Amino acid sequence: MAEGEDRIIRQIAERDYQYGFTTDIATELIPRGIDEEVVRLISRKKGEPQWMTDYRLAAYAHWRGTETPTWAHLDIPPIDFQDIIYYAAPRTAPKYGSMEEVDPELLKTFDKLGIPLEERMALAGVAVDAVMDSVSVKTTFKEMLAEKGIVFCSMSEALRDHSELVRRYLGSVVPYTDNFFAALNAAVFSDGSFCYIPPGVRCPMELSTYFRINAAGTGQFERTLIVADEGAYVSYLEGCTAPRRDENQLHAAVVEIVAMKDAEVKYSTVQNWYPGDREGRGGVYNFVTKRGLCKGENSRLSWTQVETGSAVTWKYPSCVLLGDNSSGEFYSVALTNNYQQADTGTKMVHLGRNTRSRIVSKGISAGHSNNSYRGLVRVAKRADGARNYSQCDSLIIGSKCGAHTFPTLDVNNPTAVVEHEATTSRIGEEQLFYCNQRGMSTEDAVGLIVNGYARDVLNKLPMEFAVEAQKLLSLSLEGSVG
Amino acid sequence: MLEIRDLHASVEGREILRGIDLSVRAGEVHAIMGPNGSGKSTLASVLAGNERFEVTRGEATFLGRNIFEMSIEERARAGLFLGFQYPVEIPGVTMANFMKFAVNEKRKYQGLDPLPAGDFLRMMRERAAIVELDQKMTSRAVNEGFSGGEKKKNEIFQMAMLEPLLALLDETDSGLDIDALRVVATGVTRLRTPQNATVVITHYQRLLDYIVPDYVHVLYNGRIIHTGDRSLALRLEEQGYDRLIAEQA
Repeated sequence: MAEGEDRIIRQIAERDYQYGFTTDIATELIPRGIDEEVVRLISRKKGEPQWMTDYRLAAYAHWRGTETPTWAHLDIPPIDFQDIIYYAAPRTAPKYGSMEEVDPELLKTFDKLGIPLEERMALAGVAVDAVMDSVSVKTTFKEMLAEKGIVFCSMSEALRDHSELVRRYLGSVVPYTDNFFAALNAAVFSDGSFCYIPPGVRCPMELSTYFRINAAGTGQFERTLIVADEGAYVSYLEGCTAPRRDENQLHAAVVEIVAMKDAEVKYSTVQNWYPGDREGRGGVYNFVTKRGLCKGENSRLSWTQVETGSAVTWKYPSCVLLGDNSSGEFYSVALTNNYQQADTGTKMVHLGRNTRSRIVSKGISAGHSNNSYRGLVRVAKRADGARNYSQCDSLIIGSKCGAHTFPTLDVNNPTAVVEHEATTSRIGEEQLFYCNQRGMSTEDAVGLIVNGYARDVLNKLPMEFAVEAQKLLSLSLEGSVG
Repeated sequence: MLEIRDLHASVEGREILRGIDLSVRAGEVHAIMGPNGSGKSTLASVLAGNERFEVTRGEATFLGRNIFEMSIEERARAGLFLGFQYPVEIPGVTMANFMKFAVNEKRKYQGLDPLPAGDFLRMMRERAAIVELDQKMTSRAVNEGFSGGEKKKNEIFQMAMLEPLLALLDETDSGLDIDALRVVATGVTRLRTPQNATVVITHYQRLLDYIVPDYVHVLYNGRIIHTGDRSLALRLEEQGYDRLIAEQA
């Protein structure tokens, strides 16, 4: 058996990270490091209202008094927060109105990433906000959406044009006091997307933000805020990539979602930050706080994530189920290979009556990687009739990786029904032999088996992205098993 | 099509095959019989390329090529099919998807384009009917939750889809009730052509009532100790293996 394992590991070779290129574009950088002046400088550069500057400064003051969390099952060398550049912007007009104004290099970059920014070439039915380093470079289909009263723009524009709306909700789900990285993000976030769907409106297209890190030595701190008013519906997609570099780059984002009465929000992520090389050099440190508030009755929130990138992932998209009969879902595939580490999962906090939540987590570990599921299901005293179902599976490829599960249940209401199932499996020699005997190469077989294993989650992704995600899973394991 | 000379193979240092000689030509059906532990399944596994076994001596050619220089998948694409005694489950992968992949790998090897979706679906429908396999099975995950009989039917369904030149059927009859046995065996017979060959590995002669062999080989202790025609199988049924083994000793 050990021999078989060896064969599998040998055959898992290093894949090529196809998004590892760098765009050669003049970039405006501010000096390295962080202090109050840097926070003010970022706010000034973006021409923000005073309340925003004050909010940032308060967050910064709070951040200085907190420490990097160490409870995750992650082994990370200390991060020197004074050695990071907190703002990097492609040096051109800060935001482009028409395509003629967009730097051709930028267009080429996003084309290469498969994200055409010209509306006539764009993916059918997807509006994109493209963020490069610290700024949003282009938002497509903005005018068309505006006709329905939908606001979809960069956070910078939102702070300028919809300041009161942003002020009402920003930090209402993830306050800067929430955790170390949320505080840092609140102090220095540079851009991101804002989306507001008015009452009763069903957003006619997928909204999407594509995050790209380009400049070296920088961190990316984006902030996304989605508000679905009463009876509104929106499906939101997020994609991320970064160049191949030997240094570790920091990405600390915050996503907040508010769903009012009868509203529904679906948030899907395909996270493919540069994962580092085969020896574990370089790669993005991905510390993300994502949380949604099901504020009104019957509101629904669903998180779907496919995590294949980053050297380190620390991320727990969560649902606070405040409204009666509201529901939260979390579907996750987290794949780690080589020396990647992931500590990811969710929190489902049941506050309202008859609230429901569902967790399906599929971890895949290969190489020398470590992959942890961490979850919390909390049922408050008054949450009568709350129900949760959790399924946490781990798939192990080879014998040098780790798969861990840390589920926490905190149930304070006797009428609650909470179920938890967990399995751990291995890609077996017999499965591979069976596939080989039907004419498939080992690499293809592994891709097929892994995609089958992740199917319940991939099915939750919007069509176009499900196909991409399938390819990505196979690619991420290329040369990893065989 | 298949030529085996003095083949020796072992697992974990224990020799299982101790000098096998066998020739299989196009159009033929061979049955390999023998008591438990005689090496029947090992022979099939070694020919298909299962790396648990080590070939220590001898040679084998498939379509004139040294079979041990071909990868498992290359042997499969060239037309070697193993019907598994214990078919493997692959959760989440539908039979349809699995078969599409397998069929197109073979077509690629033959220099053909992938089969258009419509043709593929039609082909699945037709071939599933050969073994009376419920169409719905093709949208279920590979062997997951299949009964013993369904798994064996599913093996022959895959054989029908892949149209191998040489099929090695490893105890396809084990665990089948009499009706399922008839369906599976009739299916195998219907797939017979002058161009292909079948090697049936079995304990019992009852399968050979349906799949009529040209040759019956008795494998004992890693060697073929006797070869005959169909009457040999009937004789074994009556007299058991012991008497034949005693005669050959």
